[in-house]
Amino acid sequence: MSTLATSKTGGEVGQRVEYFTPRVDLHQDADGYTLEVEMPGVNKQGVEIAVEDGKLILGGHRPLAGEFGQSVHRERKVGEYRRVFDLDPSIDATKISARVEQGLLTVHLPKAEAVKPRKITVG
Amino acid sequence: MSIIRYRTPELPTWSPFDRLSSLRDLLDSAFQLASSAPESTSGWVPALDVFEDENNITVQVELAGMKKEDFDISLQDDVLTISGERKSESEKREGESFRSERSFGAFSRSITLPSPVKAEEVKATYEDGVLTVTLPKAEEAKPKKIQVNLN
Repeated sequence: MSTLATSKTGGEVGQRVEYFTPRVDLHQDADGYTLEVEMPGVNKQGVEIAVEDGKLILGGHRPLAGEFGQSVHRERKVGEYRRVFDLDPSIDATKISARVEQGLLTVHLPKAEAVKPRKITVG
Repeated sequence: MSIIRYRTPELPTWSPFDRLSSLRDLLDSAFQLASSAPESTSGWVPALDVFEDENNITVQVELAGMKKEDFDISLQDDVLTISGERKSESEKREGESFRSERSFGAFSRSITLPSPVKAEEVKATYEDGVLTVTLPKAEEAKPKKIQVNLN
């Protein structure tokens, strides 16, 4: 899991990176799960999604803040987004898809076909 | 029925000064020096930053997953007000919502600007979920060099 962090930030040994946790909404239906991950400031290039050891690893990297002068008031956090989920074994990891729009990452995690509830007609 | 189990991320490394800075943040937000208390029935408070340089005041607000039409920016005297509504898409979905951490609904943030600005030149962009409002300062507010002649 740490491979995601070091490869993305390219930190030298001893460099401290601060992570914070993005807010996530989770929905489920018969086909699978949908995650909505709030990562304002992150564009498509800044998103990292990996599946490793049955875990879903989500990362978001924001470009350095623009030069706007002195800060008068600060509320936004500075750092990298990161969150890890254990994957339900019914999810077909090869079919995970994602898109990002206006800082909102939507990840769709479909369940494997064999696992979906099916009606069986009796001949 | 199995569900996705949650794992909290590994604890980020913290420097010894982090506690101090977060205490200061707590005090700042309690005093609300640059912004007035938000009026929002849903209690949603999008995070914002205010910057100032010689020529501009810049305000950035975190508003992920919205459309330009969903918010309103207005300026009255020296108060900038950003308001809007983020609608939830849950009604469109079938199936239940497992976990909801994101905030939805109406929001409003008002900021008393640290300098007067040229209202007609205010610009705003919305990109990657961040609304950036650039307010050029009025001429009299800009720092000026005054040449002092010695006789």
